[in-house]
Amino acid sequence: MASGPTTRRTFEPWDDPKSKPILRVSSVSKSYGSVTAVDQLSLDIHRGEFFALLGPSGCGKTTLLRMLAGFERPDTGRIELDGVDMTAVPPYRRPVNMMFQSYALFPHMSVEGNIAFGLKQEGLPAREIKTRVAEALALVQLPDYGRRKPHQLSGGQRQRVALARSLVKRPKMLLLDEPLAALDRKLREETQFELMTIQEQVGITFVIVTHDQDEAMTMASRIAVMDRGRIAQVAPPTEIYEQPNSRYVADFIGSVNLFEGNYVGGDGAPTMRCAEAGCDLSLAQPLLVAPGHRLWVAIRPEKLEISREPPPPGTLNCLSGVVWDIGYLGDFSTYRVKLDSGKIVSAAEANRMRLTERTISWEDRVYLRWVPQAAVALLS
Amino acid sequence: MTFGAATREATRARWAARASLILKPLQSALDAFPPSRWLMRRLDRRALKGRLLAIAPPYAWLLIFFLAPFAIVLKISFAEPDVAMPPYTEVFALIEDAGSFFLSIKLNFSNYLLLIEDDLYLRAYLNSLKIAAISTALALMVGFPIAYAMARAPRRWRGALVMMMILPFWTSFLIRVYAWIGILKNEGLLNGFLQWLGVIGEPLTILNTDFAVYIGIVYSYLPFMVLPLYAALERMDESLLEAASDLGCRPVKAFWVITVPLAAPGIIAGSFLVFIPVVGEVVIPDLLGGSDTLMIGRLLWAEFFSNHDWPVASAVAMILLLILVIPIVLFQRHQAARQEAAR
Ligand SMILES: Nc1ncnc2c1ncn2[C@@H]1O[C@H](COP(=O)(O)OP(=O)(O)OP(=O)(O)O)[C@@H](O)[C@H]1O
Ligand SMILES: [Mg+2]
Repeated sequence: MASGPTTRRTFEPWDDPKSKPILRVSSVSKSYGSVTAVDQLSLDIHRGEFFALLGPSGCGKTTLLRMLAGFERPDTGRIELDGVDMTAVPPYRRPVNMMFQSYALFPHMSVEGNIAFGLKQEGLPAREIKTRVAEALALVQLPDYGRRKPHQLSGGQRQRVALARSLVKRPKMLLLDEPLAALDRKLREETQFELMTIQEQVGITFVIVTHDQDEAMTMASRIAVMDRGRIAQVAPPTEIYEQPNSRYVADFIGSVNLFEGNYVGGDGAPTMRCAEAGCDLSLAQPLLVAPGHRLWVAIRPEKLEISREPPPPGTLNCLSGVVWDIGYLGDFSTYRVKLDSGKIVSAAEANRMRLTERTISWEDRVYLRWVPQAAVALLS
Repeated sequence: MTFGAATREATRARWAARASLILKPLQSALDAFPPSRWLMRRLDRRALKGRLLAIAPPYAWLLIFFLAPFAIVLKISFAEPDVAMPPYTEVFALIEDAGSFFLSIKLNFSNYLLLIEDDLYLRAYLNSLKIAAISTALALMVGFPIAYAMARAPRRWRGALVMMMILPFWTSFLIRVYAWIGILKNEGLLNGFLQWLGVIGEPLTILNTDFAVYIGIVYSYLPFMVLPLYAALERMDESLLEAASDLGCRPVKAFWVITVPLAAPGIIAGSFLVFIPVVGEVVIPDLLGGSDTLMIGRLLWAEFFSNHDWPVASAVAMILLLILVIPIVLFQRHQAARQEAAR
């Protein structure tokens, strides 16, 4: 046992109490006039993480990132990088680099000139600058493009140059503000994986801003879901998806059916009384709240089982309704089912067979079931 | 959208109809004229007809308002002064001799020789170039911060700021220069203000010095510097400065390595637009300068109107043009290169 490889297959420094975060944001606030862009926000990010800030437009992602880069000064709070207080340090003295959404490449400099710019500011010898620029260009797979001017590049190539320019200084942390927003869908997906590969190669901590949840789910080691200047939840993608801590997070990531009701105690079989569902919903675990407490059950569409056969009597968590709408998405079909209470519930089913004839059709009476473990009980 | 396009079409059709009312008779008259038919056929074959019509007006403009006066001045510069009306001898003359006609051309180079022999002219040229160069540098130094502030002002103010820059042009240039006399003279506003402040006891002599000329020139030509600078700076993406700062570049250095290079087209255009007309400036040195403020424009004025020596004045003008052709060509080249790069 002791001699065998004991490497942890998973990368979870945030669960390791001995790991010291590389970035520590403590109760930072920033207002513009009457708008509070970032509100008492605290956050720890660990070395080597690929950290995503996710949230709807205007929730303060860019503002937070700009405070990390030093372009904005927080009104209150403290930003610590690697144990050093950065709150009042100007951007040009922070060991942090940013990749801008507009790329912000210097139009009057060649690709090489752009990438070398940051190294020149450090006063490195020309020889070293040359080799590091070449390395950076190789890293982003543009080895022969050094002489070109930015306007002679495609959007995807500019994006890579911007990445190379911000990585070449080997910052402690790289900030990326919607780095892929300007790319078309296919290129964006390719680039997502490339970014992940590059991040693994260089081992730099990445903090990426996005409002594309798929992007965050694909790339990030952890996601912070933001809501009006605050953090709603910080967790790895699977946890964010499977264990959201609030209706806001559950609703923001993917689609979800929410049932509102009141807690019914009971040691063995905790349930929720729910008028919308028309029956009591059984929960996976008892909750630490008093009976009668308001709560919500969140269940993802793909975790619902849909069928035309009535289940045997006494089946837990079974709803019945009429098919209202069917959406065919190729890989999935989604059914919108109108319950007897009038509530619409969506269920998704993988199309395992080639669809020649629908087994479930409009106006059919169907039954929806799920095991209690598939649902999450939410208190807020 | 469709509505707008439709009305635009209609307007265009209406104008075409009006134009053809005039052009049709003209064309039929021309068509009746055999050489014209021949020419049109040749042009048609090269698909030049439409293009020729489009490029004709600017060339006609150049011919009438630039080349013709140029040719006349060039001719006068080779004439001799004469007590006559106009006050110079004819260069070209048609002489009849035994029934046949000869064209006699009498060129007089002494006007140009005078410019070389009398070093007054050389000094005036050099001084004009010096004053123009210094004024251009001053206008750049004054204009850059103004243009920068305008370009970084809130978007809704920018239009008004540009208007304020152009507004003085709506009053007479002469009146504005006269106003400076009122400000700069010994008992003028500036001296009065300084004395009231107690900064100075005796009034400063500013009027009728080179300094006053510089003030006048920088004031008058400032918009020519500011507007191209503003255009260049306004186009600049502010995130470039943030990017520079992010990469470890201090703001002052970023100004020199990012802002200035990106404003270069504006700096070059503005400098030429100030330098070229200032070399030949007459009014400002005449009204604000001292009697010893030597500028070629003043000299030219004196030759024309005081000495009535049109040939020498013309020669002075020709040499001035020759000197200015160099920066003008450079400027044109620069503009052409920029248009090429922008494509
Ligand atoms: N310079 C500023 N002046 C005034 N208000 C600002 C400024 N920058 C941001 N805000 C406001 O702060 C809030 C947060 O803005 P921020 O740009 O951080 O949002 P975001 O999460 O990045 O949104 P998006 O996804 O649209 O980029 C918004 O309400 C915005 O209007
Ligand atoms: Mg943003």
